[in-house]
Amino acid sequence: MSLCLTATGTLGLDSVLPAWARIDPAVSDATPTTSESPERQRAAWMAAAQDGNKNAYERVLASSVPLIRAAARRQGVGVDQLDDVVQETLLTVHRVRQTYDPSRSYDAWLSAIASRRAVDALRSHGRRGRRELHDERALDLHPDVDDATAAAEREQEARRLRAAIATLPPGQREAIEQLGLKEHSLAEAAAHTGRQPGALKVNLHRALKALRTRFHGDP
Amino acid sequence: MSEPRLTESLIQSLGEQLTPVRRLPSPWLRTVGWLLAVAAIAAWLLAHYGITHMLQRWSGQPDIALAGIGAVVTAVCAAWAAFSLGVPGRPARWAWLPLPGLLLWIGASGVGCLRVWVAPATHIASLHEANDCLIFIISFSIPLSALLIWLLRRACPLRPVLTAVMIGLASAAASASLLEICHAFDAAATDLMMHALAVAVVVAVNAAMGGRLLQPALK
Repeated sequence: MSLCLTATGTLGLDSVLPAWARIDPAVSDATPTTSESPERQRAAWMAAAQDGNKNAYERVLASSVPLIRAAARRQGVGVDQLDDVVQETLLTVHRVRQTYDPSRSYDAWLSAIASRRAVDALRSHGRRGRRELHDERALDLHPDVDDATAAAEREQEARRLRAAIATLPPGQREAIEQLGLKEHSLAEAAAHTGRQPGALKVNLHRALKALRTRFHGDP
Repeated sequence: MSEPRLTESLIQSLGEQLTPVRRLPSPWLRTVGWLLAVAAIAAWLLAHYGITHMLQRWSGQPDIALAGIGAVVTAVCAAWAAFSLGVPGRPARWAWLPLPGLLLWIGASGVGCLRVWVAPATHIASLHEANDCLIFIISFSIPLSALLIWLLRRACPLRPVLTAVMIGLASAAASASLLEICHAFDAAATDLMMHALAVAVVVAVNAAMGGRLLQPALK
């Protein structure tokens, strides 16, 4: 039940999200443009990002993704969880970017944050695994047939999802309603709410994270 | 939306949300800032109690002076370690830095336990007097811990409990150092036990509460 609801609640939400703007190819190209080593280049980009350089920030985040994935794999994170760890790490990097000291290694700073996020993901996964029932025989005995019970369960899941969305902070609730449920485009949602598209997207990511947490039962 | 595209979208959103940030001052600078607050309290206590009594005790029993120096060194090192642990990528082994000062503090204080046999005429702390030490250390540790936590508000301690232990050790050691200024009697087993109890209480409370207080950056 919990597993079913989790999958329905999160994957369902992800799948209805529209594909907005793509990252500029120049930004996603993490190859350093100077003779500096990639690590030094990332350090320089992050220092520029601390001063508000958006282009440098997007470059350093894009070039950080392989490093985050490597740090997560070193901690033993499975392939299915890697993208979650990447996104959580990027959000954390955004929140704590003032702690980076440009005179020190950017890669060490990033890897420390990524490793912590990876450990958090593993703990969260472990707690979820202990709570959820993986009994093949029980699943065989209770096939998910399209009967009245299954319909009632789906209705209950939908109610729980609506209730969870209602408890989100106003900004997050607005983002998930506009972009996820009503399937408005980013421009339409921005025009409707009067919010910046960037703010709407960040609120949507936070709302999805909150809903995952809610349905997975993590603290 | 597929996960890689979600990551790209997140990077772009974070780029749009980017604002310039003020870099976190170095651990040494923040340690000096905290020590200035401790020095201000010490100056107030010296103005109130005078320095003569403390110097007389130190010249009579050099082990007390050594214990005081050990407490000061512990406070400085533990505060620096707390600030250092608040920066991702800094090695956690810096948490061992306060150990030499702590050993000097404990070792020199332990000599006081022998005083009751070596110099029976010495004024030994009664339980009531030793209670005053407990209250003094805990009372001064509360604002000093709060100040350290406030100074760490923009940091990102990836090991919040260890950082909180350093905060507790720094504030308890600083309070014990301040106590030296107005200590009315010589160290003995009863007094030493109260000092140890006070330090343990301060460190334990910080570890229990500080771990949560220092977590917001990781939420």
